[in-house]
Amino acid sequence: MSGRGLFGRIDWLTVFLYALLVLIGWVNIYSTTLSDPNVSIFDFSTLYGKQLFFIGLAGLGILLVLFIETNFFERFSSIFYIISLVLLLGLFLFGKTIAGATSWYDLGFFNLQPSELAKVATALALAKFLSDIQTDIKKPRHQLYAIIIILIPAFLILPQPDPGSALIYFSLFFVLFREGLPLYYLAILLFLVILFATTLMFGTVWVAIGLIVLTVLVYTFKKASTKIPFIPVLGVIVIAVLYSLSVDFVYDNVFEQRHRDRFALWLSLEKDENKLEEIRKTIGYNTYQSEKAIESGGFFGKGFLEGTRTKGDFVPEQHTDYIFSSVGEEWGFVGTGTVILLFTVFFLRLIQVAERQKSDFNRMYGYGVISILLFHYFINIGMVIGLLPTIGVPLPFFSYGGSGLIFFTMLLFIFLKLDSNRLRDGI
Amino acid sequence: MKKILLSSIIVIIGFTFIGRLSYLQLFRFSPDQTFEDPAIKAIYDYPERGYIYDRNGELLVGNQPAYDVMVIPREVKPLDTLEFCGLLGINKTTFIDKMKKARTYSPRLPSVLIHQLSKEDYARLQEKMRHFKGFYIQKRSLRYYATNSAANVLGYISEVGEWDLKNNLYYRAGELKGRTGIEKQYEEVLRGRKGVKFIQKDRFNRDIGPYKGGKLDTLPEQGKEIQITLDKNLQEYGERLMHGKRGGIVALEPKSGEILALISGPTYDPSLLVGRQRSKNYSKLHYDTISKPTWDRSILAQPSPGSPFKTLNALVALQEGVIEPTTKFKCYNGFYVGNTLRGCHCGGGTRDMNTGIYRSCNAYFAGTFRKIYAKYATTDEGMDVWEKHMKSFGLGDYLGTDLPTGSPGRIPSKEYYDRAYGDNRWASSFIISNSIGQGEVAATPLQLANMTAAIANRGYYYTPHVIKNIGNKGSIDPKFTEPNYTTIDRKHFEPVVEGMANVYKYGTAKWLQVPEIEIAGKTGTVENFVRINGERMQLTDHSVFVAFAPVENPKIAIAVYIENGYYGARYAGHIASLLIEKYIKGEITRKDLEKRMLEKTLEHEYAKPYSGEPFKINEYVW
Repeated sequence: MSGRGLFGRIDWLTVFLYALLVLIGWVNIYSTTLSDPNVSIFDFSTLYGKQLFFIGLAGLGILLVLFIETNFFERFSSIFYIISLVLLLGLFLFGKTIAGATSWYDLGFFNLQPSELAKVATALALAKFLSDIQTDIKKPRHQLYAIIIILIPAFLILPQPDPGSALIYFSLFFVLFREGLPLYYLAILLFLVILFATTLMFGTVWVAIGLIVLTVLVYTFKKASTKIPFIPVLGVIVIAVLYSLSVDFVYDNVFEQRHRDRFALWLSLEKDENKLEEIRKTIGYNTYQSEKAIESGGFFGKGFLEGTRTKGDFVPEQHTDYIFSSVGEEWGFVGTGTVILLFTVFFLRLIQVAERQKSDFNRMYGYGVISILLFHYFINIGMVIGLLPTIGVPLPFFSYGGSGLIFFTMLLFIFLKLDSNRLRDGI
Repeated sequence: MKKILLSSIIVIIGFTFIGRLSYLQLFRFSPDQTFEDPAIKAIYDYPERGYIYDRNGELLVGNQPAYDVMVIPREVKPLDTLEFCGLLGINKTTFIDKMKKARTYSPRLPSVLIHQLSKEDYARLQEKMRHFKGFYIQKRSLRYYATNSAANVLGYISEVGEWDLKNNLYYRAGELKGRTGIEKQYEEVLRGRKGVKFIQKDRFNRDIGPYKGGKLDTLPEQGKEIQITLDKNLQEYGERLMHGKRGGIVALEPKSGEILALISGPTYDPSLLVGRQRSKNYSKLHYDTISKPTWDRSILAQPSPGSPFKTLNALVALQEGVIEPTTKFKCYNGFYVGNTLRGCHCGGGTRDMNTGIYRSCNAYFAGTFRKIYAKYATTDEGMDVWEKHMKSFGLGDYLGTDLPTGSPGRIPSKEYYDRAYGDNRWASSFIISNSIGQGEVAATPLQLANMTAAIANRGYYYTPHVIKNIGNKGSIDPKFTEPNYTTIDRKHFEPVVEGMANVYKYGTAKWLQVPEIEIAGKTGTVENFVRINGERMQLTDHSVFVAFAPVENPKIAIAVYIENGYYGARYAGHIASLLIEKYIKGEITRKDLEKRMLEKTLEHEYAKPYSGEPFKINEYVW
């Protein structure tokens, strides 16, 4: 197998799925941003024309990545990481502000978004650190180092402000879990999220009652042989109740009204029909319009270029974050189902590829790639179909935008490059 | 565990998304109907409503432009309110009020500020309109009436209400629809079909081009003009004669069933229900529950027909072979029912059919009626035969005209009496009043006119109708061109017609003769009662008259019913004679009759029962 050339060794299934997603994405960008059907698709004054250009750039990026020496990425990962941190810091001085967020460098022909670059760099750096022979993820000190590597860029991105991108870095915890970080970290996190939501929905008193009832039930139905010490359980309940109280406090006093409105909409906290209507028109407007557009598509959709709400620009930001609503309106359930299926197969394939790596670095980086892409996909579509509150992150390979497309592509193809060399690594 | 964690999450996310999408797109699927889609605006192009002409091609109803002042609140710039209000003819409070309403409806969409400006106001306003930003004038089309008569026949149009919107998908809020009369009956012909253009909108409600390249757009289809059978001159003249009187007049052309005039008194000018004063006028007309101007007496009132009904009894008796024209009955200034004498005004003596009809002898017809029943073993059988004959004249049921309203009248059946008195608890003496058109029989003026037309035709009639011509095609519903035959043989009509002709020559209407026209007619004087505040009282008799002319080859058959007009020849007879002369000769030679009818009113009669004081009825003084 090692005898074959580069193109024989690359994972063509992943490449195929990638290409399909990019194509479907572009078709929908075309439909969303089309205003004059007589203009050529290569007209770069149009958004779909520009996206076509970005796809070309991404293609060049792929070639670049594939012809670089495999070891390059591992060897220089620390350098990349430091460069990207510097670039993130530099935004505070030289950043260009678009739509209220100082997230870009103006390169004249192109706006560079370093937070996208930082995702690649952080994934590489994390893999490098974890794969080091001296690193033991079971050690709290090393856990802390790993978490610091993940969180530095997140904290630099948060004040841009771009909470969506910052949130993405948390996805890299999945790499840690894969490499042996105890799963109860995840359980605790999940527990806290559930407590947060239930506190907002039902109030601290009911949360406390629920916890006590649950404890009593566990003690009643446990096997007699199983012993659960009572004191720590009580401690957990007390901490949980205190947390619940603090959630109330933070929600009422630290959150701003727009945040509260988002949660109110997400968790259906607001029962007053008038206020709900108000929220729909303001903070929930995007979600409302996006859901309506998707609903109106039905099973088969209205057809390519026939989406009246898409044409009428009813869904704001439809070509970027809300691109999936155009799939819903014009291609219906058939279209949305296909896209979900494609992404699912794509991710599962990537896990398969990651798991077949002999090199720890490769596998860890692979998990980083999967985590980052999966998180984007989950948050973006969850938001567009109204399952999650509004958090602005793009849909990988779909959403309009050069930085996004190019760095998602590089992120993926660095992994495919590593994969193509996996047998040699074993030598 | 750690190896399958992420895979499981991926699959769970996949299922969650698919689940949510099924909910949105399959369960909650709400297809954007072209009309409800917020991204599509429908712009309508309304065709002009069809004109209505009379039988001679004279215009009855056309269209006129009206001007609505519209406002788009968001585009209004500060203005000289005082000047503007002056031009509009409203005060400042009203203006502010209306502006507020418009803003509440929508700041972006046009609302009507002032409905239907008069032409004068429009002329003044038009020049200054450009100074007032955010206001504009929208032209609309309203009905224009070239006649002040026939209001109930023509009917009116008004904006569709919620009920119409729910039950007829064609209409959209704010559109007009025929409500009564011809406007209602021929709504779809007159209105045509509106055209529609679909425009794709963006979320700021701006037009961004035609929807689907205009594939779904339609062109308006013009409303068709129609010609109706009314004679404008006759109708207008009849309404003038009806001045100050309540009742109904129906004139038909016997050889076609075309309605020449359909007059109800009191009436109103159809123009009252157009324009800015419309709703005020409508309430006034609608809530006049005593004289009921919107209640078309010519087709809805169903009093007892009175003596004209005698002619039918004569025909039935001849058909049944129970009498000959020469058969005689004795009149004792009345006739006996058991031991009671029921009166007669004919003067008494021996009557045959001819004198019986022209002197309107009650005794003669009571005798005739008894003979019809005597032929059959039981009263029930006789009743069935009699009912069948009567119904063949279009009595006792809806006539099936092309007017949207009507009344069935009544020809009592044996079931009717069984219900009223109980099985076998009644006999022929109970029903004897029907012989002279009193009792339980009832007919609308239209039915009386139709019955007269059947006599004029010697045995058949065409279903009365008002439509003559739709869109110059010449074709109307074939049911109006098929003759309906009565159950009476043609040969039996001549003696009856002769009697009716003699009504004018020697009988109850001899003072009403019209030179050069031979008319056959029959007077009727109908006792009637009202119940006011629970008290039953008898009022002055209704004056009824039916006639057709000329006797040979009749051109017009007419029924006149004047409430409390006293005896038949008095009001109804006058009016019938005048209308016949007007229709056949085009001018009036009996100026004495005309003057009397144009001047006399019956308001004093109608005031009597409401005066609260005792009153006399059937006073001879003119």
